[in-house]
Amino acid sequence: MASLNIRAALLSVSFLIVALGLWEMATQPPEAQTGMSEYEMLMGGADQESRVPPPSAVIKLAWAELSNPFYDAGANDKGIGIQLAYSVYRVLTGYLAAMAIALPLGFLIGMSPLMYKALNPYIQVLRPISPLAWMPLALFIIQDSDASAIFVIFICSIWPMLLNTAFGVANVRQDWVNVARTHELGPIKTALTVILPAAAPTILTGMRISIGIAWLVIVAAEMLVGGTGIGYYVWNEWNNLDLASVIFSILMIGVVGMLLDLALGKAQKLVEYKE
Amino acid sequence: MSKPFLEVDGLSKVYPDGQGGELTVFEDIRFALEKGEFVCIIGHSGCGKSTILNVLAGLDEASAGNVVMNGKEVKGPGLERGVVFQNYSLLPWKTALNNIVFAVKARWPGWSKEKVREHSERYLKMVGLEHAMNRKPSQLSGGMRQRVSIARAFATQPELLLLDEPFGALDALTRGVIQDELVKIWEETRQTVFMITHDVDEAILLSDRIFLMSNGPNARIAESVKVDIPHPRARATIFQNPAYHKTRDYLVDFLVNRSGSALPEQDGSPKVVEPAKGIAQPEPAAAEPETKSETAARAVNA
Repeated sequence: MASLNIRAALLSVSFLIVALGLWEMATQPPEAQTGMSEYEMLMGGADQESRVPPPSAVIKLAWAELSNPFYDAGANDKGIGIQLAYSVYRVLTGYLAAMAIALPLGFLIGMSPLMYKALNPYIQVLRPISPLAWMPLALFIIQDSDASAIFVIFICSIWPMLLNTAFGVANVRQDWVNVARTHELGPIKTALTVILPAAAPTILTGMRISIGIAWLVIVAAEMLVGGTGIGYYVWNEWNNLDLASVIFSILMIGVVGMLLDLALGKAQKLVEYKE
Repeated sequence: MSKPFLEVDGLSKVYPDGQGGELTVFEDIRFALEKGEFVCIIGHSGCGKSTILNVLAGLDEASAGNVVMNGKEVKGPGLERGVVFQNYSLLPWKTALNNIVFAVKARWPGWSKEKVREHSERYLKMVGLEHAMNRKPSQLSGGMRQRVSIARAFATQPELLLLDEPFGALDALTRGVIQDELVKIWEETRQTVFMITHDVDEAILLSDRIFLMSNGPNARIAESVKVDIPHPRARATIFQNPAYHKTRDYLVDFLVNRSGSALPEQDGSPKVVEPAKGIAQPEPAAAEPETKSETAARAVNA
């Protein structure tokens, strides 16, 4: 009997083949009728019905796009790699800015019940706001569409990091804090050598949730601000009625999202500890 | 009169009792420790032993009274007082060695890396764990963890070592082995130790004096029992000493029959008791029943 992994892989591949096969069959154009009408001849034989492209068309396009991902032929024709790079750049910039605020603030809230009580109402009100609702305000104040998209990423990724950091810090075992105290560590040293490693798994969980949300939001944000990025690319191809490109970019969004999550998952493994 | 090394004066702890009133866990705790003494404190649960130890450690504050060590009042935790907690309190993300390095670095910030490492390794060897140096606490058994914790406390060479029921969570066999190790380390270092225990045999094996606490609330340290058994002691042979049985009988009697009503001296200091006075000499084969000293012990009880 093959190992579980091999069997699972075989099953995965067969699911893929079945799904692609069904999709391929469902999207075949009807057979060309004998003798086209004059209209059909004028339209190059195109059938009236618009239909989703078959997987073979998507794969062909994917091959072409991925073999030259970084070409740049003007504002409306850039390679998928360039578009994804723009999006990743925006996500990381907003995300790092959120980290720079959320981690220290989370420490403060987690270590001080006073600050927790004082700031909690604001967090609870701001947290459920859809990040895109900030967009008009951001555009008006910042007056720059690129920076506004980054701001939206910042505002959506700050909350899980902030709350998880505060939670992790507040719930560090008192024993470990006592160890720091009996060894006369100052507050900064305690925060860095005891509380940070103790709370790191919880903090990383928050960071992982945040990167997921940020990647979800960047697509929508770029659809709104336009110009560059994978979100803009999807919307642009929709306007071009190039459904094969739309499907291809949807897949790419999934792949990049998975890679971001994997990276954070790896980081999480590094800081985990068993009690 | 020279000042004792550690002086505890009129310590008490009052908690709200949850019904609008107050609960005095212990009150007017007075005792003194001399340098190099090993003192155990025994009492029933709820008498506030751990709180007293935490006050000495500076982790908790007493409602009244004060603690003076080396002529200086104890306020807050400090490196001159080392603590071994019941649940080991090792940092789980650090290896056994690095847990000790952490403490040694805090104690001597000026030391070089090599010196810190060498010093830490020495203490880890002292508890027989040189083979487990690079293992994380989660990969160690309970007994090994507590050894690391003991090594960490001894490595910082505190003037006063506070042990909060360090073997409470260990099985009897492991406990015995580590007790022997503690005896050995203590013979080498002669630290001043203040230790909480529930185990009468453990207390006799380790201590010079044993404080007996009356039951809480309003618990007091009622008696200070001298353990008249010469060092070095060993778990395997201590039973042969007649003084051991005298002392043990006395302690058990206190805990079973008298801990509810026992009171210290008028001035608040614990009554000094020597249940095995005069029969302390190790007599290898002499195991005759000593009716005389038994009556003597009863006389003290009365």
